Amino acid sequence: MAGGTGGGETIMATREFTAHETHAHAAPQGFIRKWIFSLDHKVIGLQYYFLALTAVFVGMFLSLLMRIHLIWPNITLPLLGDIKPETYLTLVTMHGTIMVFFVLTTAPQGGFGNYFLPIQIGAADMAFPVLNMLSFWVTALAFVVMLGAFFVTGGAPLHGWTGYPPLSAVQSAGPGEGAGADLWIISIALFCIGALMSALNFITTTLDMRTKGMSMMRMPLTCWAWFITAILGLLAFGVLFSAGILLLLDRNAGTSFYVPLTVFSGQIVAHKGGSPLLWQHLFWFFGHPEVYIAILPAMGLCSQLVSVFSRKPIFGYKAMVYAMLSIGLLGFMVWGHHMFMSGMSPYSAFAFSIMTMAIGVPSAIKTFNWLGTLWGGRIRFHSPMLFAIGFVSLFVSGGISGPFLAQPTLDIPLHDTAFVTGHFHLIMGVASIFGIFAATYYWFPKMFGRMMNESLARWHFWLTFVGTYCIFMPMHYAGMAGQPRRYSQFTELHYLEKLIPLNTFITFAAFVTISAQLIFLVNLFWSMKAGKKASDNPWEATTLEWTTATPPPHDNFGGHPPTVYNGPYEYGVPGAPQDFVMQTDPRTVAAH
Amino acid sequence: MGLVLLVVIWLITFVSTYFFIAKTWWLPTAASAAAAGIDHHFTTTFILMGIVFVAAQVLLGYFAWKYRERPSSPPARYVHGNNMMEIVWTVLTAILFIGLNLMSSSIWASERFRPAEAGATQVEVTGMQFQWYFRYPGRDGRFGATKPELIDASAGGEAALGLDTTDPASKDDVVTGTMVVPVNREVELILRAQDVIHSFFIPNMRFKQDAVPGLAIHMHFTPITIGEFEVTCAELCGLGHYKMHGMLRVVSQEDFDKWLAAREAEKQ
Amino acid sequence: MASYTHTATIEDPATSTGTTGGSPPAWVDGGDDFHSQPLDARLRRARLGLFVGVVGIVMIFVSFTSAYVVRQGLPTFDSRTNSLVHDWIPVRLPKLLLMNTFVLLVSSITIELARRRAARNAALAQVASIPGVSIRGDEKISWLALTVTLGLLFLAGQAMAWRELAATGFYISATPSSSFVFLLTGMHGVHLVGGLIALLVAGVASLLHRSAQSQLILMDITGWYWHFMAVLWVYILVLLEFVR
Repeated sequence: MAGGTGGGETIMATREFTAHETHAHAAPQGFIRKWIFSLDHKVIGLQYYFLALTAVFVGMFLSLLMRIHLIWPNITLPLLGDIKPETYLTLVTMHGTIMVFFVLTTAPQGGFGNYFLPIQIGAADMAFPVLNMLSFWVTALAFVVMLGAFFVTGGAPLHGWTGYPPLSAVQSAGPGEGAGADLWIISIALFCIGALMSALNFITTTLDMRTKGMSMMRMPLTCWAWFITAILGLLAFGVLFSAGILLLLDRNAGTSFYVPLTVFSGQIVAHKGGSPLLWQHLFWFFGHPEVYIAILPAMGLCSQLVSVFSRKPIFGYKAMVYAMLSIGLLGFMVWGHHMFMSGMSPYSAFAFSIMTMAIGVPSAIKTFNWLGTLWGGRIRFHSPMLFAIGFVSLFVSGGISGPFLAQPTLDIPLHDTAFVTGHFHLIMGVASIFGIFAATYYWFPKMFGRMMNESLARWHFWLTFVGTYCIFMPMHYAGMAGQPRRYSQFTELHYLEKLIPLNTFITFAAFVTISAQLIFLVNLFWSMKAGKKASDNPWEATTLEWTTATPPPHDNFGGHPPTVYNGPYEYGVPGAPQDFVMQTDPRTVAAH
Repeated sequence: MGLVLLVVIWLITFVSTYFFIAKTWWLPTAASAAAAGIDHHFTTTFILMGIVFVAAQVLLGYFAWKYRERPSSPPARYVHGNNMMEIVWTVLTAILFIGLNLMSSSIWASERFRPAEAGATQVEVTGMQFQWYFRYPGRDGRFGATKPELIDASAGGEAALGLDTTDPASKDDVVTGTMVVPVNREVELILRAQDVIHSFFIPNMRFKQDAVPGLAIHMHFTPITIGEFEVTCAELCGLGHYKMHGMLRVVSQEDFDKWLAAREAEKQ
Repeated sequence: MASYTHTATIEDPATSTGTTGGSPPAWVDGGDDFHSQPLDARLRRARLGLFVGVVGIVMIFVSFTSAYVVRQGLPTFDSRTNSLVHDWIPVRLPKLLLMNTFVLLVSSITIELARRRAARNAALAQVASIPGVSIRGDEKISWLALTVTLGLLFLAGQAMAWRELAATGFYISATPSSSFVFLLTGMHGVHLVGGLIALLVAGVASLLHRSAQSQLILMDITGWYWHFMAVLWVYILVLLEFVR
């Protein structure tokens, strides 16, 4: 098969393989083995990425419908008709579920992690390629099942992405709580299985397949982030899976894990003695690490990008590693801060709140180190850097509202208000999405051999950066004023009426911002075909992916595994011929 | 580009901070004894975190501009970090965050670590899709029994709660759709839910507590202002969540006694 | 400030675990190609993967355990009496479960024998190709097949125990305690089926005359997984019997 970067029609180049490479790493032939059931981590990474891309446009569309309904509750939309209150809640539920699982937990880790972890550590593939392939297809199946919930009798569930029972456990609790809710649970269970398989691969690969000279402390921070994210996933997804099994049993086998005796519209539902709080504990024990799973890869990438594009080493590499490890560890000890108002013991609440404030510390350390990296640098404002700087800004904004919610006293007025929605969208939703965008602009040349269009990228950046602030910053004001979450309209309460203009502003900002994402879509697909040809190392970066051909050959390094001599952030090295020293450069930088 | 970043980041920072400081949209009027402490601590948190917010964003924008690459820029500083700085800012951040939390803990303790005072006005609040009901124990100070099989949602009032009228303690129970309490006296709420989790939220009282099926949660607050205050549901409970609201009327002790007496009289 | 030197000093800090001094680097001849690596490296990687996977599965049962313990102590609000009542009725476990436990433990022994045989065969594989050398020992018994049989017997026994429980009134939704019995034993059974499938794959590999090395790797991780299933089962039994 013809190789090289000039081909254009093949995204993955293949090369002649030397005799000593056995069939296991020979390039696959045939469309099915090459693109559908590929064992190549690069193809699988792209498969995850495009799954997430589909999911994010579905998720954005759902949120657009939500914002329209909030401002015009009685509007009749073409094709879709009226949005009833229960439909609104279905949109809320599916928007959250699809975004959290199929976008934020899929693109950064399954997408970019799969593609670049092996390359950045100098390996030829993931430890278990067949498992890798299976993990993608299980995840894809989960997505299909999730979408299927829209099409069964009663439609998709309305119980929120958090799925609190009894609302999610009793079929008569609302429309969509029938088959739709069962499919939702099954989809999530499948997703858990796919995530566990993937975590297994990431952890084994990182521990066992680093090339010669690639010690743990020479790994790029992206690799550390993917590794720690995988550990979090390994420990957390099993818990979500269990929670889902118990819910499925309560719904279909008559058990009462979560449901006490309840009465719906005068009808007694045959359950006894279950605890709705049990679900909350299990769900949030998963749910809190999950938000770190969503953000850690972006943090790793941000570290990478501020270093590359400031032409300076990352400030405080070790501190960054320890900060990520602390975030991972503490992330398992704070889940109760989602439950301050739940009826949980107030003493537990106090303990959880101290831990939650503590976890703010490593996040702050990372922010200081990003700023420290920019300080004294020579900043180049290519599109990946714009999104990295945007990420820092959004992370700060979203992070600052955290200490409000972390204190139970202040959580009393703020829990379950739009303040929370603003908080998690900024720090988890938008910041992570900026990480995905940054990763796309950064690694596009390596994956596709072409550059993305910089003008379009800048339009995309500015509209999205300002747009998302316009959407989510005002939610903090609305929340302080007492606007509850998950309200399908604000017409019933007198004190909410004055918040309608603010919400109107948010809706219009959403229109603009969502439209701006089309710029990205156009740029992405157009550049794959017709973007300017890229050199092997257009950003002048030092990590291993930039030492190999563009796109990388099937075994990543063309039969010549690299040997690493240097750390990953040797930029601005005095005395070096260029202002950077590749990790594989044997002219070693003296120990620092 | 560096300048544009600085301008935009600073603009976003100052505009958003302005609306916070101007209190264009702010916490509703406070009407409970605990609200003053909560609001005061809110302001403290807001000021401290606001300073951090502004400082970080200003610095970010400033660095993006100041260290932009130009032909005349000096080489980037080849620095891998500074351990002393790491320690300093870690310790300072820890003191700020944990200090803030400890400052608020006394309010939390006084609200939640103690039961209601003796002599508090007792009200049982029951949430159901999509309505709040309130029950007063009456002269005997005891709530009568309720039975799930007696619940008749369409009949409203006592029947909606499944009140067991054969229980002598039920005779003087008063069930209403509006909550009325006397001012300046602690109110003890017993929160229950019939079907799904609801949350009893009175913004003006800075009061919020989930009502969970299978539990009877005791909580308290003290209203200090006479007036009418909207009550909402703050936990997703189904399609009618957005219209599950109630009304709290705070009246003088006299008016409360008159009102309660009138309700009891209606029962005969 | 660090300076840039032109010397070709190659630092060699610890890379992946287990790179011993004498053996050639794993990737020496052509990429990190799994099948061209020495057996011990492949085995180590497979075992690491299995360990990580087992941790993930353990978390599922940790969650169930925590739910079990919490539920036992949880009172529920009885509106009739306006008070909190405890409603946990311990389940009397069928004696059949002890029999099943015995079967599973014996199967652990048989699979261990199968695993060791596979290890011996892999070690002797090079020698076996010399004409006139025979390494076939007394291989009349297929320990693998025996393990599969015992595994199926265990599952059949579990199904019978379920029927017995349901017949005495403790079906899955009868009481909270019975729900947990079915849940824990059921989830274990599901994972055991996974182990059986792995055993069958290992059996097929042997029939297809895959290399002794590949067979060993399959047998080794399946064997360890099977032992994990036995340990997990004993844990569940002890939990259900003594934490009540």
